[in-house]
Amino acid sequence: MSAGVPISWYLILSAVLFTLGVAGFLLRRNVITVFMSIELMLNAVNLSFITFSYQLKQVNGHIFSFFVMVVAAAEAAVGLAIILTVFKNRSTLNIDDVSSMKN
Amino acid sequence: MDVILFLIFAAIAVICGFNVVVQSHPISSAISLIGVMGSLAVLYLLLGAEFLAAAQVIVYAGAIMVLFVFVIMLLNAGAEIRKGRSLLAQVLGIPMLFTFLGLMAFFTRNMFPGAPDVHFGGFRHGTALDVGRALFTQYLLPFEVVSVLILIAIVGAVVLAQKEME
Amino acid sequence: MQLWLIPVFPLAGFLLNGVFGRRFSKAAVNAIAIGSVLLSFCWVVKTLLGLGDLNAAHTEQYFTWIQSGSLNIGWDFTVDRLTAVMLLVVTGVGSLIHIYSIGYMAHEGGYYRFFAYLNLFMFFMLTLVLAANYLVMFVGWEGVGLCSYLLIGFYFDKKFATDAGNKAFIVNRIGDFGFSLAMFLIVVNFGSLDFGTVFTSVTGKSEATLTAIAFLLLVGACGKSAQIPLYVWLPDAMAGPTPVSALIHAATMVTAGVYMVARSAAIYTHAPAAMEAVAIIGLATAFFAATIGLAQNDIKKVFAYSTVSQLGYMFLGAGVGAFSAGIYHLVTHAFFKALLFLGAGSVIHALGGEQDVRNMGGLRKKIPWTFWTMICASVAIAGVPPFAGFYSKDAILAAADQHAPWMYWVGVITAGMTAFYVFRAIFLAFFGEYRGKAHPHESPLAMIGPLVVLAALSLAGGKLFNIPEFLAPLFPLAKETGDIGPVIISVAFGFAGIGLAALFYLFKPGLPDQIVATFGGLYKLVYNKYFVDEIYDAVVVNPVVGGSREVLWKGVDAAIIDGAVNGVGSQARGIGGVLKRLQSGNIRSYAAWVLLGSVVLLLVMGVMGGLR
Repeated sequence: MSAGVPISWYLILSAVLFTLGVAGFLLRRNVITVFMSIELMLNAVNLSFITFSYQLKQVNGHIFSFFVMVVAAAEAAVGLAIILTVFKNRSTLNIDDVSSMKN
Repeated sequence: MDVILFLIFAAIAVICGFNVVVQSHPISSAISLIGVMGSLAVLYLLLGAEFLAAAQVIVYAGAIMVLFVFVIMLLNAGAEIRKGRSLLAQVLGIPMLFTFLGLMAFFTRNMFPGAPDVHFGGFRHGTALDVGRALFTQYLLPFEVVSVLILIAIVGAVVLAQKEME
Repeated sequence: MQLWLIPVFPLAGFLLNGVFGRRFSKAAVNAIAIGSVLLSFCWVVKTLLGLGDLNAAHTEQYFTWIQSGSLNIGWDFTVDRLTAVMLLVVTGVGSLIHIYSIGYMAHEGGYYRFFAYLNLFMFFMLTLVLAANYLVMFVGWEGVGLCSYLLIGFYFDKKFATDAGNKAFIVNRIGDFGFSLAMFLIVVNFGSLDFGTVFTSVTGKSEATLTAIAFLLLVGACGKSAQIPLYVWLPDAMAGPTPVSALIHAATMVTAGVYMVARSAAIYTHAPAAMEAVAIIGLATAFFAATIGLAQNDIKKVFAYSTVSQLGYMFLGAGVGAFSAGIYHLVTHAFFKALLFLGAGSVIHALGGEQDVRNMGGLRKKIPWTFWTMICASVAIAGVPPFAGFYSKDAILAAADQHAPWMYWVGVITAGMTAFYVFRAIFLAFFGEYRGKAHPHESPLAMIGPLVVLAALSLAGGKLFNIPEFLAPLFPLAKETGDIGPVIISVAFGFAGIGLAALFYLFKPGLPDQIVATFGGLYKLVYNKYFVDEIYDAVVVNPVVGGSREVLWKGVDAAIIDGAVNGVGSQARGIGGVLKRLQSGNIRSYAAWVLLGSVVLLLVMGVMGGLR
């Protein structure tokens, strides 16, 4: 039997992906890219859920992941619809220009 | 074997994730994200989550990312112009990110010192049967609620899209 | 015996006239005002007749006012012989002056207000007199001060009147402060403010304590009874209507100080230093005020300084131990001083408002009733026997002589000056040729009537009411020396004063001006009241006002308090301004802040030891 992968590696991978998602969220100006960074973050979290589910030898982590996926789908649908509407009104995909709530 | 597989697909995931952040054209980011999801599906398999691996590919990579690509196409989004950025995000963001990452790593290191290693096949209860059983018995209520949520999302999306087309 | 009705009648008059007086006819206002005071007087007479010989005090307790720890102060009234004298003077003379006011105030505005205030004053004065403990007396004390302020400033559209009202109230306040401190000391040392309790336990207390209490009470008395150094309000108080001057500043309110000292005789007799101070202050005031009265030209001011001077005599009497002599003089002074003021009011009314004696003259043919009644008052105050003033002044001077002969001599000289300045006023006003421009006419019956009654009392009152004898159970009579020398000397001085006045103003009218020219500086000093008001202004008033304005108003209130409050406000605005920049509308900066927050949380968690 070959050596297994230490659990912490999965968790570190999850952390790295999450951080990448945060970086994308902070540093990109295109609103669609920002959205994709959010999806990346959600995926990272899913990975850590499943890892813990393996560690605890329970299926609950999987269920949680499942729900996260469902919610991510719903959120993506609605969010993209909103982006479409905002684009229709302001003709811009620049997240910094959508700042009418200033002050 | 597991280690090699893990390393390969972890590397793919990280590189693709990095790409998502770095690419200037959104479509390139979208493709990279699909790559991330694919490699994550493999990793799920390694962790014994068969059902979820399948769901990941079908739902995430197959449906959500397609939706993203459609919207990119619809909006005719071009490459990002390198204009002025939010100074705050720049100054604060990068150091923060590194700190964040470091802290997370530190925590994960310390919280699970004696955890078992992951073997392929070490966890056999991630099948559709097990997931389905848990879903329809213990987590029935959230399941139903989440279906209502999807319904709402559909209705919302339709309404918003309708307005846009008029 | 329902003592409470005595002050309540005027109180009812005040309430009725005060609230509804605007709608009443003049006759109704008169009826209510005069009726209430007359009812009070009748009730006094009835009560006194019903109480018999009053050898023991009759006390009535109404309700417990203050109960704090072991201190129990009730609203109690008491009547003994001293109270009886005061009650009769206050209600009797008060009624006469109320009747007089009908005529005097007939053409003035604010008619009902005047009578309402007058009734209120009667209420407070009667409360003061009837009080059975220091606190109820203080209520009356403060109340009469308030009414004095209201009535002096009755013509509130004239600034000098309102200023005079302020001055009276503020100077009185200084005295009241002394009175309050005395009350605190009494409570601490005696545990009660009741006259009965305090006066019977006097013997057990240290002389130092009693002297302190007596001095503080004296401060209060100086304020209310216009003695040095707190007399400055009384001449200015002449800005009020003349009946007010007669009632409040001659017959009743100003005598409250004398009454209080006499009432506290038990304390004073055990504090000889304080008694000496009372006598010296009284004597000094008497002499000092008399000198000022010599040179005044406003007829009311002459009588005002005369009042200050005569009050000094009363204090002198109390200070040398002759309390009953002081009260005797209080009674006779009420008669002739009220008469002098009312007569002056009659003259002023006859001349349509003229108050300067230099613009009067020859009035004896034109207003004969006023003239003859004022002559009665003048001979009484000059101490001509057998009229009222002679007996009372003589009693005081005899006691002073027995105490310290130098006091007697100063008193006698003052008596001479008293006679001089009163007759100076009389001669200037009623004799010679008329120097003014008005059309003198005699006053109505409402004014003449009280004048006549008071004249009769001034003439016969001394012989009729032998006050020292009446008060003997309270204040033991002094031994008769049978020495007639001092009596003759004082009478001689009195006549000398009259004669000198006649010389200056009847026979040789040019003489006063010559003397003024010779003693120019001295005359100026006296005429300007020794510049006391100006000195007070410079030394006390201006520093206090200036300090108040600069330090307290600008420094503390505006800068510190307002500054602090405004500062808090502007700080809040400042912080808000800084925080406002968080709301940039920029989503990415929000995200950055969220990240920052989560990093901080993780750090904290790490420091606290993780999730374990």
